[in-house]
Amino acid sequence: MVDWVKTLSRVLYIDLTRKIFWVEDRSDLFEKWLGGIGVAVQLYKEEVPRGANPLGPENAAIFAVGPLTGVFPMASKVIAVFKSPLNGYIAESHAGGRAASAIRFAGYGAIVIKGTSDRPVYVVVDGDRVRFRDAGALWGMRSSETVGRVLREALPGAGYRTIMRIGRAGERLVRYANVTVETYRHFGRMGLGAVFGSKKLKALVVIGRKSFKLPDVVAYREVFKEVFNLTVGPATRKYHDLGTAANVLPLDKLGALPTRNFSSGRFEGAREISGEKLAEESLSRRVACSACPVACIHLAAIREEYEDERYFYKTEFVPYDYEPIYALGSNLGISDRYGLLKLIKAVEDEGLDAISTGVVLAWATEALEKGVVDVGKTIVPLRWGDWRNYIKAVSYIVLQPNDFYQALALGVEEAAKRFGGAEFALAYNHVEPAGYHTGPLYHISLAIGLRHSHLDAGAYSLDQRLIITGGSLPEPEEAVRMIQEEEAWRQVLNSLVICLFAREVYGRATAERALKSLGYNLSQTDLVELGRRIYFEKHLIKFSEDFKPEDIVLPKRLFETPTPLGQISPDYVRRAIAYYFKTLSDEVKESTGRKSS
Amino acid sequence: MPRRLVVVDANRCVGCQLCVYACTSRFGYAGLSKSAIFVRSAGGVERGFVVIVCRACRDPPCARSCPVEALSLRSGGGVILNPNRCIGCGNCVEACDIGAVMWDSELEKPVICTHCGYCVGFCPHGVIALEEVV
Repeated sequence: MVDWVKTLSRVLYIDLTRKIFWVEDRSDLFEKWLGGIGVAVQLYKEEVPRGANPLGPENAAIFAVGPLTGVFPMASKVIAVFKSPLNGYIAESHAGGRAASAIRFAGYGAIVIKGTSDRPVYVVVDGDRVRFRDAGALWGMRSSETVGRVLREALPGAGYRTIMRIGRAGERLVRYANVTVETYRHFGRMGLGAVFGSKKLKALVVIGRKSFKLPDVVAYREVFKEVFNLTVGPATRKYHDLGTAANVLPLDKLGALPTRNFSSGRFEGAREISGEKLAEESLSRRVACSACPVACIHLAAIREEYEDERYFYKTEFVPYDYEPIYALGSNLGISDRYGLLKLIKAVEDEGLDAISTGVVLAWATEALEKGVVDVGKTIVPLRWGDWRNYIKAVSYIVLQPNDFYQALALGVEEAAKRFGGAEFALAYNHVEPAGYHTGPLYHISLAIGLRHSHLDAGAYSLDQRLIITGGSLPEPEEAVRMIQEEEAWRQVLNSLVICLFAREVYGRATAERALKSLGYNLSQTDLVELGRRIYFEKHLIKFSEDFKPEDIVLPKRLFETPTPLGQISPDYVRRAIAYYFKTLSDEVKESTGRKSS
Repeated sequence: MPRRLVVVDANRCVGCQLCVYACTSRFGYAGLSKSAIFVRSAGGVERGFVVIVCRACRDPPCARSCPVEALSLRSGGGVILNPNRCIGCGNCVEACDIGAVMWDSELEKPVICTHCGYCVGFCPHGVIALEEVV
């Protein structure tokens, strides 16, 4: 029988300093930790020493896929793990496109990129061959889309490959620069783009043309069909029809759509930038990641007449999702759909994380409004809804012409530290939040979640369930238990690796059966236990990086703006964070994690 | 009545490649590279996708290019591969202008569509179909 773990266990190491690469069989890791986040955390432990500079050669960019990658529907994500230049902790970011299947069928379960190149390079992995190529001609290019186009035409493997690259934001080390994948997907959060930039790595192209003999075709086909039927059913319908933008109107109706720097949960222009309106007026194509029938990627077309010549038009394509609509739309008071799409495009071209950029600009707008800074600092008068000036500000964040924009490039918390206005600087441990003001559980989850991400536990769903059922808030201790249980289970999903939009498709029983068809012998209990162990391992690392939950301060603004579950009580949040700390073992609290640098 | 695989509307394709995975799995493999159907972007996904299938030619150039008569005419169009005869020269790949003769680089032999229609069951968006040849 084919040993599936063996096909997954090859790890490709790429050292940019020495421009060498090698492959190791890491069955030890893939047998114990499955794949994805489980394995990536262990590789991080080996590669990134305590006290490492996130922008130094000692940081590593680790990509990992899992046993289901490219084999089951919606197992379409790659997990990237690295030390975040935004907050200095272990960070995790996920992306789709063709990245996961390309890595898997290039023959690897993980790719580790270490060191720093002395000059700009891009790396091409074509199965067993790895090439270091001069990126001199690509460095400094204004649009990351052009970089993608050049590489697309210069390299082989159309349909089998992923083209990951950074924009100017990554080159210039904006701490929340992203890595764009296949034009419209991203390793969006936590600054992987700056890590690439610091390594002088402009792009990573992976071409995967191998195939692997399945251990039991009959069993595999049976589970595949079953999962496929679920993925085209009601569980994912909303993502297919309107995409994540479907959330705009329901969240606005609840009063949970962050607006003008979280000063309100309702936006009078929500209808104009809703998923419905965008689909009716601007949607040009729906696109999918590899092996995903849902096709949640929504591309808008914007048709624009040149100002200098009549009847001379261009048409550009812009991806939209709920998060950019919140961050660059409602949170900046923009209801002009065209303006919003132009702003998203500008952020896309520069290679910035849309969420962080929107939160940073919202803070800057309010800081200007309140006189914390003057227009000499902001250069352009930032005003709610004025998308033209925001587009200019986006390029200033990248070019950093003065000390104000230099600060903005470091994140909202750092900017507020330097200029004031901390009470309306939205960040949790230096990380700007995604767009849900649903209630206390969501915000607690951002505070205690290991990534400070809305996807850690999806606690906005827990809030929404309470809103719908009209139930009363659980005790904070119970809330923390719910959040932790969900976050631990998601470690399993992120080790398989599946897209979290398929979390309802891959329940415990389905996950168990899918693995079984590939020859794995893991019960549901084993999987739950594995999730807890990964959750624990991540804590060991994070605490060794001087994470102190008692230092978590939630922005004052959150307590001022009512949620659908009412005003958030500071005491409730305090009790939750204290209880969270209590649940952690002494081993975690005293963790030194791994070797010092 | 013989049947053949057809592309109904490539503009409905979202590029998920599940048809490609399905075809590869017919041979007991996971991956994209043993498939007789292929999907790639038309130069950036915003332009849509190219869906490459054998169009079951009545007068197939691939068959005529084979020096060892490993490709015989299939009723309803297209060809049937006799792998025992095939010497892996790759002429058939060159001969097919629409790129529908795929190549298995591990076996060094062509992958020829049998028009079985297994892929059709995994296309959620009505891009491909099996039709009767009249």
